[in-house]
Amino acid sequence: MADVTFIVDGKKLTAPAGTLLIDACRKAGIEIPAFCYYPGLSLQAACRMCVVRQEKVPKLQTACTTTVAEGQVFITESPEIAQARKSTIELLLGNHPLDCPVCDAGGECELQDMTFKYGAGESLYAEAKEHREEQQWSPAVYFDRPRCILCYRCIRMCGEGMDVWALGVQNRGVSSVIAPNGGDQLDCEQCGMCIDVCPVGALTSGSYRYKTRPWEMNHVSTVCTFCADGCKVTLGVRQVNDGSEIVRADNRDKSGINGDFLCAKGRFGFDFVESPERLTKPLVRNSQGKLEPATWEHALRFAASKLKEIRDSKGGASIGVIGSNRTTNEENYLLQKFARTVLQTNSIDHVRSTDYAALARALAGHNCKTASLRDIATAPAILLIGGNPTEEHPLLAWNLRTNVRLNRARLYIANTKPIKLERQAKAALRLPADGYQAIPAYLGGSDDTIKDTAFREAVLAEESLVVVFGQEYRGQAVESLVAWGLKRGPNSGSVRFAFLGDHANSRGAADMGLLPDLLPGYVPVTAPGAFQEYPGLPATPGKTLPEMFEAAGKGELGALLVVGANPVASLGVDPAALKNTFVIVQDLFLTETAALADVVFPAASLYEKSGTVTNTYGDVQLAKKAADRAGVKPDFEILVRLAGAMGVDVKTLVPFGKDGVTADLGQSRGAQAGEADRHAVWLAANNLEPRLSPFDPLAVLDEIERLVPGYTLDRINLFGGNDVRTEPGFVPITALKEAASALVAPAHDGLFTSGTLGRYSPALKELEQHQARELAESAAD
Amino acid sequence: MPRLVSHPDEVKIVSRRFGLGAAKIDRYLELGGYKAAKKCLEQGPDWIINEMKASNLRGRGGAGFPAGMKWSFVPKKSAKPKYVLVNGDESEPGTCKDHLIFLHDPHAVIEGTIIAGLAIGAKVGFIYLRGEYRYLLEIMEKAVAGAYAKGFLGKGIFGTDPKTGTEFQIITHTGAGAYEVGEESALMESLEGKRGIPRIKPPFPAVVGLYGGPTVINNAETIATVPHVIEMGAAAYAAAGSARNGGTRLFSISGHVERPGVYELPMGYNLKKMIYEVAGGVRGGRKLKAIVPGGSSTPVLLPEEIDIGMDFDQVAKTGSMLGSAGVVVIDDQTCMVEFALRTISFYQHESCGWCIPCREGTDWLKKSLTRFHAGFGTAKDIDNIQHIAENMLGRTFCPFGDAAAMPTLAFVKKFRKEFEDHLNRKACPFAKHVELAVI
Repeated sequence: MADVTFIVDGKKLTAPAGTLLIDACRKAGIEIPAFCYYPGLSLQAACRMCVVRQEKVPKLQTACTTTVAEGQVFITESPEIAQARKSTIELLLGNHPLDCPVCDAGGECELQDMTFKYGAGESLYAEAKEHREEQQWSPAVYFDRPRCILCYRCIRMCGEGMDVWALGVQNRGVSSVIAPNGGDQLDCEQCGMCIDVCPVGALTSGSYRYKTRPWEMNHVSTVCTFCADGCKVTLGVRQVNDGSEIVRADNRDKSGINGDFLCAKGRFGFDFVESPERLTKPLVRNSQGKLEPATWEHALRFAASKLKEIRDSKGGASIGVIGSNRTTNEENYLLQKFARTVLQTNSIDHVRSTDYAALARALAGHNCKTASLRDIATAPAILLIGGNPTEEHPLLAWNLRTNVRLNRARLYIANTKPIKLERQAKAALRLPADGYQAIPAYLGGSDDTIKDTAFREAVLAEESLVVVFGQEYRGQAVESLVAWGLKRGPNSGSVRFAFLGDHANSRGAADMGLLPDLLPGYVPVTAPGAFQEYPGLPATPGKTLPEMFEAAGKGELGALLVVGANPVASLGVDPAALKNTFVIVQDLFLTETAALADVVFPAASLYEKSGTVTNTYGDVQLAKKAADRAGVKPDFEILVRLAGAMGVDVKTLVPFGKDGVTADLGQSRGAQAGEADRHAVWLAANNLEPRLSPFDPLAVLDEIERLVPGYTLDRINLFGGNDVRTEPGFVPITALKEAASALVAPAHDGLFTSGTLGRYSPALKELEQHQARELAESAAD
Repeated sequence: MPRLVSHPDEVKIVSRRFGLGAAKIDRYLELGGYKAAKKCLEQGPDWIINEMKASNLRGRGGAGFPAGMKWSFVPKKSAKPKYVLVNGDESEPGTCKDHLIFLHDPHAVIEGTIIAGLAIGAKVGFIYLRGEYRYLLEIMEKAVAGAYAKGFLGKGIFGTDPKTGTEFQIITHTGAGAYEVGEESALMESLEGKRGIPRIKPPFPAVVGLYGGPTVINNAETIATVPHVIEMGAAAYAAAGSARNGGTRLFSISGHVERPGVYELPMGYNLKKMIYEVAGGVRGGRKLKAIVPGGSSTPVLLPEEIDIGMDFDQVAKTGSMLGSAGVVVIDDQTCMVEFALRTISFYQHESCGWCIPCREGTDWLKKSLTRFHAGFGTAKDIDNIQHIAENMLGRTFCPFGDAAAMPTLAFVKKFRKEFEDHLNRKACPFAKHVELAVI
């Protein structure tokens, strides 16, 4: 729409014709208060707070429904307008309890702010307030009716935003009440978005309520540790005796790739951090074969000496290393560097949730062919093949829904099963059980097993397309699909891809070379290029994860280092295979794998350390240390200490410090304290050296940027808390070890599960049980 | 069946067939029915709209918007189907005219709907009856079925070709009992099966109405008047009324009068005469205290204010409104505080609750007035009541807030003395003869 000029409070503003006045004003820094208006949701004009005076119009107008046109003149603040807003607040406060001192929203309450601003200081009403008992709608959601101001944000967020429609209004007039549709319990995705958008304390969170005041928390923006969408999440942290406690997770400033959005896992699942099953002391297997607590010094020395002994006696090839889908890029990079240069082995792998290496090979030589999450939120057309994003990738599903709703994007879905997102789809193609492999040929026109040609024609008619697919495609199939897209044209940007994996840093694990045949950036170990600077890099590919266990079973694997993975449970490995192997595990919990170990190091979770993570779309974000837990250490530090205990000059692993400055070993500053990270932006901007500690993960970020293809990052944005892009595919991969389908082991997570980690969250467990109950009840009806 | 009243001053146009058994289609035809629709079919839409404009027929729902003008706003071409919607959600306290139309002359509504459809090019009309009029639905449906049987409705109406000729269908529907649904966009929501809550305007119904299509929505009386306008000619109809207020109006006179009932009088008929002559004066020879001129939402008038002609413009000059022409007469033994309470109780009960000023404002007014009337009021309360009402006025999502605030303000302003008499824990001065005006 063409721009128009209009006047607000004497200021000349310009905005596209048809822009809502409230949006145009907010953009220009003129704040117009509103309870019911919420960007992106349907208009209500119900709260009457945004009233403004428009010249030549007799009544006050609502800024949330007034669209701007050329030459209009508005006044947004005047005694008349202030009086209108004051009286609205007076009316609301007539029955709104003044329990601000105990209300969760106190300090973050829009009604409180407005009362403060427009000053309805005394009540005109002699009548008593009507009290109603609060209701629990689910383990996650509580409702305190008298506090509700009926802005209908929750209803719209649930319906329009989430496409769940679990909430509605019952009764009318002053008896109007927000209530779950059909029953007194919420049968929904438990995302907690209703709590998030509530301007007052009417909807409160089961895990946060009555725990703290907002100003007593530190608010740390980091990245969610669960699925591979990588939502920005703000953790509310409070100091407690043994460190600090996370009491809340939300996306407080609505910034980042997820904007408003956060799902049940991101919002409620953080309590695994506080699980009583958390390991806080290293464990070493004693002579009776039992794991018993040990000091860090003893455990490190013991593990290091065994590793050294095995490497020196049996050779590095007899050592296996398994990395994690949730550790940071820096840790993953360090782990593979440690494996390859210290342990002298290429036998490094991780539980692969999807075949990223195949995508890198397919895209080799093609720049800018992957789609970011932001691209998916704005792309005019999306082809979604397989998967069920509503369950597995809630943010992707949110972006798709929002894009369809607000931008009228066209969503095409090809799936073997009906999925919920088909409600937003322009067309859906039902595939036979083994139908995914035929898709590239079908789209290319050389397949006759799929009969629905209308779907193909609609997809082909799209000028540009984002193709979203997941673990249904592996190896050659990925290449066929990508090859179809690259060929399709009509221009270089017309098809982009998004490949779906499972966990917070699954993509980073592959990008950082937790693979036996590929170095970071998918550089083949057989042609290491810049990685030649690694001292003593073994020249041949190592063992894959199944091969390691096979070798262990044959007694050929001397040692196994497992960092943040539980292959025994996730791959169903026979525990007996490891009985002749020296196993070291770094983990948060005594998992099935850790229970078999000879040494277990208690590791910090993603919320207790800093570093970068890469989501499945290639958006790199900064994870910031939010909480502290006595006794645990970040995997980064454990690895550096392990290397140090093996007698390695840690400077060869982590290039910390400037020109040989002696480190203080991280005691006064560094990763554990998080201080260096917090000051990194300022220090970098002033050309100062921030990294004085080998435990500062940022110390390897330089090296990652220098050596890893695709990881030249926009640092200022990254450190500023934004998402920055990485693209695979600059290196032509020739020597890719056959990525057999068997190597990919997707977690098949649902809304309330997330691999091994999710099992340790009481909140997610409770939500899962609640949903199972609701499902059973609705089935019985 | 309610007793029909009559008075020599009446000019019977809309009520011409009342009491003559016109609900039966054969009788309706004997009385000249469906000739107007047939004529309109021959003359075409432009002619109809011009006639309507010339007739000065103004909306009988209360706002008094010229009907012909409203019809002319509907775009000639539309991608979406157009609709005619008859607002039979007659809910304004003190108003009971549409009720008689549905009861005595349902075919006039059908015929008017057909004419409106012809004027705007709609193929479907809806007749929406208020939930409490469910018992009238049978009469209405029987009439619609009769019209279908005679070929006045359906495909190829009035003998045109069933394939290429003119099509018009009528569907009847009842509400679930909500005053708010009398507001046109709330009625559309209700008809579409949603909560009866008004829509954001613009767009207005003439452009985006029922199911998103251009829609003409008129009060049942307006629609029932249409065939008469066509029959007698626009000029003759306009001449029956006063300046810019064409024709006659069904005045529902209730309250403390000797002969309450629905009288059809020319627009501009003197209110004083209406009370003292047509309705036989105040019951039992008592003194007149107050008059609500156009349904409960219109500000009350004092006896000295009633020497006026009852049309939209003249009543507006007094600061009140003609509204739905429901005249409520109140005698000197009525407590005005209680009358105010009774009025606001209605609005508190009927507020849809969508916006804050109306939802909360009506509730606080009711609470305050309840306490006040019980003798527990303070001097500050009188100001507070006025303050709440003033802050509802013009600030609500739809005109409902005004409908509740305007009469309240008038009660406080015009009868402040009576409010003061209730102060200091005095019992209601009228407690002995609590005999509320029936509204």
